Amino acid sequence: MKPIERHLVQPLIEKFKNKKIYVHLETTNGAYATHTDQTFHSAGAFIRNARVEFSQGKLTGKGPYRVGLKMELGWIYAEGLTDFEMDEKGRLLLAGHNHEGKLAVALELSEHPF
Amino acid sequence: MNQKPVLVIFPHPDDESFGVAGSLIQWSNQGIPITYLCLTLGEMGRNMGSPIFATRETLPDYRKKELQEASRLAGIKDLRMMGYHDKTIEFEDKDALADVFIHVIHELNPQLVITFYPGYSVHPDHDACGAAVVRALEKLPSQDRPLLHCVGFSHNIVDDLGKPDVVRDVTDVIDQKLAVLAAHMSQTAPIIQEMKQNPSLQERFKTEEFWTYSFDEK
Repeated sequence: MKPIERHLVQPLIEKFKNKKIYVHLETTNGAYATHTDQTFHSAGAFIRNARVEFSQGKLTGKGPYRVGLKMELGWIYAEGLTDFEMDEKGRLLLAGHNHEGKLAVALELSEHPF
Repeated sequence: MNQKPVLVIFPHPDDESFGVAGSLIQWSNQGIPITYLCLTLGEMGRNMGSPIFATRETLPDYRKKELQEASRLAGIKDLRMMGYHDKTIEFEDKDALADVFIHVIHELNPQLVITFYPGYSVHPDHDACGAAVVRALEKLPSQDRPLLHCVGFSHNIVDDLGKPDVVRDVTDVIDQKLAVLAAHMSQTAPIIQEMKQNPSLQERFKTEEFWTYSFDEK
């Protein structure tokens, strides 16, 4: 993956606009966070292969970045994004890595199921 | 130990490295066959390599190759990747999972099964994996039930269960064990690096501890 640059990533998001697409969205702080620090409230979520369509999609922020995708009836949102890749299958992979290089958030768009 | 197989059941590639790889190497050196059911490919891991080389989508491919190499180094000749998805074991049907394990137990007739101690293994996949193994063995008539050794590392395990009753010194195979650990490069590179700088960190890997699961009291 490469560090996000807005002028590179914004057009990639546009490619998925107004199409039936599949989304992987995830946040995580790891399964061991509370084990390591008992005061830490571990939280995370993921959804994989949700079928959605958005009419407007923006990348914002100065880094780490945010993405908001506006759907007919709601929103998809991710923050903390740092890196991107358009993979060989034409999927847009966005991820946020922390200072240790561990994945904290992922938002991925694909025209085919993951 | 006799020459009957040992069956290891864990949810994630690298679960076998930390707590049991030394025992597996010793047994495989004695000619004891080892089968490893690895339930997932650790698809949802947070570690993407150090420096980062994997993405969420390529991580499973890397971890699969790492698992195959680690298994080879640990003397595991029969590695079975079971195709479940990381983080979801506790949401699978427990009896269906237990039935998969029973099928393998009938096939292999193992002398010993190794898994995580349910309720004392921190990660929900660990606990659910261990619970399904216990369920599987409970379904067997007691005379057909292999011995069950559990790995556990929650903070309360010694308070609740006492000290582990099986403590195995694996100092004689520590270099091989660390090679197994290092094979899971996407996950373990920082630990291996730390150990190179501070060899005393190796100490904890020289002993492997297990709690024998008692079916009578449950």
